[in-house]
Amino acid sequence: MIIGSNMAEAHPVGFQWVMEAKGHGARVIHVDPRFTRTSAVADTYVPIRAGSDIAFLGGVIHHVLDNDLDFREYVAAYTNASFLVGEDFADTEDLDGLFSGYDPATGTYSRDSWYYAGTRPPGEPDGSRAKAFSEPLQAGASGAGIDGAADAERDPTLQHPRCVYQILKRHFARYTPEMVERVCGVPQEQFLDLCRAWTANSNRERTTALVYSVGWTQHSVGAQYIRTGAILQLLLGNVGRPGGGVFALRGHASIQGSTDIPTLFNLLPGYLAMPDVEHTDLDAWIADQRSAGHKGYGYDVDAYLVSLLKEYFGDAATPENGFGFDWLPRIDGDHGTYRTVMDMIDGKVSGYFVLGQNPAVGSAHGKLQRLGLANLDWLVVRDLNEIETATFWKDSPEIETGEIVPERCRTEVFLMPAASHVEKEGTFTQTQRMLQWRTKAVEPTGDRRSELWFTHHLGRLVRERLADSTEPRDVPVQRLAWDYATEGEGPWAEPSADDVLRRINGYDLSTGELLPGYLGLKADGSTSCGCWIYSGVYADGVNQAARRTPHTEQGPYDAEWGWTWPMNRRVLYNRASADPEGRPWSERKKLVWWDADAGEWTGHDVPDFPARIPPGHVAPQGSTGPEALCGDDPFIMQPDGKAWLFAPHGLLDGPLPTHYEPHESPVRNPLYGQQGNPTRKVYGRPDNPSNPSPPESGGQMFPYVLTAARLTEHHTAGGMSRQLPYLAELQPALFVEVSPELARERGLAHLGDAHVVTSRTAVQARVVVTDRLAPLRIEGRVIHQVWLPYHFGHTGLVSGDVVNDLFGVVEDSNVFIQESKVTTCDVRPGPRPRGQELLALMEQVRAAAGITVETGTRISTSHGVPHTEESP
Amino acid sequence: MWERLGKWPVVRQLTGRDRLGRGAAAQSPSHVGLRPRTADADRVAGTVCPYCAVGCAQKAYVRDEKIVQIEGDPDSPISRGRLCPKGSASLQLVTGPQRLDKVRYRAPYSTEWTDLDLHQAMEMIADRVVAARERGWQDVDGKGRRLNRTVGLAALGGATLDNEENYLLKKLFTAMGAIQIENQARI
Repeated sequence: MIIGSNMAEAHPVGFQWVMEAKGHGARVIHVDPRFTRTSAVADTYVPIRAGSDIAFLGGVIHHVLDNDLDFREYVAAYTNASFLVGEDFADTEDLDGLFSGYDPATGTYSRDSWYYAGTRPPGEPDGSRAKAFSEPLQAGASGAGIDGAADAERDPTLQHPRCVYQILKRHFARYTPEMVERVCGVPQEQFLDLCRAWTANSNRERTTALVYSVGWTQHSVGAQYIRTGAILQLLLGNVGRPGGGVFALRGHASIQGSTDIPTLFNLLPGYLAMPDVEHTDLDAWIADQRSAGHKGYGYDVDAYLVSLLKEYFGDAATPENGFGFDWLPRIDGDHGTYRTVMDMIDGKVSGYFVLGQNPAVGSAHGKLQRLGLANLDWLVVRDLNEIETATFWKDSPEIETGEIVPERCRTEVFLMPAASHVEKEGTFTQTQRMLQWRTKAVEPTGDRRSELWFTHHLGRLVRERLADSTEPRDVPVQRLAWDYATEGEGPWAEPSADDVLRRINGYDLSTGELLPGYLGLKADGSTSCGCWIYSGVYADGVNQAARRTPHTEQGPYDAEWGWTWPMNRRVLYNRASADPEGRPWSERKKLVWWDADAGEWTGHDVPDFPARIPPGHVAPQGSTGPEALCGDDPFIMQPDGKAWLFAPHGLLDGPLPTHYEPHESPVRNPLYGQQGNPTRKVYGRPDNPSNPSPPESGGQMFPYVLTAARLTEHHTAGGMSRQLPYLAELQPALFVEVSPELARERGLAHLGDAHVVTSRTAVQARVVVTDRLAPLRIEGRVIHQVWLPYHFGHTGLVSGDVVNDLFGVVEDSNVFIQESKVTTCDVRPGPRPRGQELLALMEQVRAAAGITVETGTRISTSHGVPHTEESP
Repeated sequence: MWERLGKWPVVRQLTGRDRLGRGAAAQSPSHVGLRPRTADADRVAGTVCPYCAVGCAQKAYVRDEKIVQIEGDPDSPISRGRLCPKGSASLQLVTGPQRLDKVRYRAPYSTEWTDLDLHQAMEMIADRVVAARERGWQDVDGKGRRLNRTVGLAALGGATLDNEENYLLKKLFTAMGAIQIENQARI
């Protein structure tokens, strides 16, 4: 199942394995708004309206539950299907699209009614604080908390009306094939064919893999898209088993790595929560991550954080000073990239580093990005090439409109050449969590330097400047362990990436030995470790990520090529590949099993379970951590050891996925009175207008659904592709794909010019009339969809308008990812107006649609109160 | 004369073993002498494609301390030697004339780039970081709770960088109290 991904074009080399599977008899199904090269080689292509995937997958869940097609033994033993939810819980079926606990004043839920019967929320159930800094993303290491999960009431027969299984059944009761047809535009027979294929291929003998990409994440309800996929895969027993799983195909060489070792505002390495204002000291932070009766490895976060602090501050981190915890900065709100850009426009930010990224083209609402850049004191851009983010002051679209005038723009810009991937050594983490070490081929020439060099020396220079300070705020800079080994001579030598990787792996400080893995981490300060999930990458003193045993010389799991976190484990939660008694579900799908003679788990992969806890083990009362895991608790990072069909905690927009229309949609929600995600983050500002959506009027100005995606021949914002002759020649111009019907409706000529219009701007593109984008029948009317690639900008060998300028900023409340995979638009023939005339057109469009700063901000449909996110 | 005639491809095709004319019969003397760029490499470095997250292994061929070719590595269990159009173009990415080589500096209100020495740029940036950090510093919030941070400077980027680089970035910025540290993973 490939949904929300054009794998053949965006991840072509990975797609060879899909084709290999197809050659072995697998059926490949592609669901997408547009017929792509993935669709072309799939066995079945299902067109869908962009933004309706939860309704679609919810329909599959309905089909599974209605026909008793779930993998019952797996579901009963390994998920929370049997857990009873408290009596106060009310579903979207009861409240017309809202769950119990909604507060229209904050646009968030109080989540205390979502808990299992007999359990409590740990600490504060109020969602408004959590929404301020994306708390759900911070639960990666510890799991979302539940006090007393071991005491939760359960009904193993799954018949109790308040058990998760029955709640799920009621929640999706109206997601019928008829409803899927109305909401998604998918004919019922085609939908049922897909349902039959998915369920028939999911059992003891067979598994189904689910693949998605940013076609799922970039939505105002994106986290719940992925939840829906996960629920379905759990119901069908496709998690933790070979050939199963939910695969996120990520788009950058080390974007997985930059999440694991995050340059993200609310995380520390290894998905540890960035401290917030409530964390008065280390103990308060630890207590906040844990819950009463907390099972599994998430309980050991104290060891993970203390070991990180020992790496950060070395000998200066002592038990007496809480290992330097109080030196860490505290967050108290949204410091995400979009908030920060608005703060730039509002004059709150002085300086900005942009490192190998091109937000002037690649982030949503490009104009907002560029106006932010134009209101800084200074900007440092480090890249291989001269990109739009560095040249906004001389060639951005706002120069033409007069909104940025070079002579009046004060931003001081440093554009620094970066070393390329062959001019430095280090690891990338690819999309399946595998770290691969790159050796340096040549030395960088001229002023080209690695980010390692830049960061190391920036740190050195800042530390020199603050060395004699007596200010308390400078203590963490002074005490920072910044003594990495260097290669070469002199003050400007290159730091050693190998030394950094060793420190990420971690040391036993009492012996000076490299740690074999995270199980050896201690909370007493006797170990150091830069990222607990990466511990083991330097096990046995060997750079495991640098291993290159050819695939021809090893088995199907290729365990000696690179190193996959955690512990070189290929399939997460693989305890679930065996039945509750520890036997493989089938010989054909054998992966990990209990070896009774040896008294331990064994198999083809590294078992993802305490090695010596037997299948029938019952944890002692009152235990916590790994010791609290029972033999049938495969989900060792969950506080109750079970996979969550229903999420009692950890999500802000509901314990179950619910179909909400996109922020900007041409249709009224056919399922509920509540139109969009009632917790989405909206920013009602004059510089961030929204297209009206029902029940607001004015939406007819933007009657079409717009989505955007990648081409094979370009990469993201084009900074690494539009500059290269081969790639520029292969895809030389921006184009917009429209159906023949839409072309007729709007008078668009194939290969002629058109401009796509939203309330933000108009973008010019060449028209490609194609039946790749078939019009869909939604709620009895025809809905047209249009598509553009988003790689173009104004530098490089080929140029074109910035497609991201069409999108505004509205975000998922859980993770703060913007909705840039779906919006509404108009398409008009001919080139767009330029300069002042473009601004005049936009004024006219917004006036005609009746757009004000309040448009789109009434996130709770029934309350109808304008809402906007406050600046922290 | 006969010797020259014997080298004529048609004759070679008719009289030699390559009757279909798809191999030796079609070769010219200059063709026979052709050698791949990779053959004369001084060394080969194992690396990984810098574009998407599939993680295709590459072999970078070096001659006279310059990259002369980048190819897929057939040993990789991920890619088995294949590269997509972007990965295949990475030689241009690394060696093309579009590469920046010198620091470029745009003074406030200026309409053009000027040159700047790399080490001088580093010193200037360090000065600005210290000043911006101080300007945006917040000790406590309105309720007297510890903030210990600056909102004066922000950073964006990491998804194209190495783990070791992201590690140092997060560590340094955190120690300086800078919190607005983000990358493409948020997008």
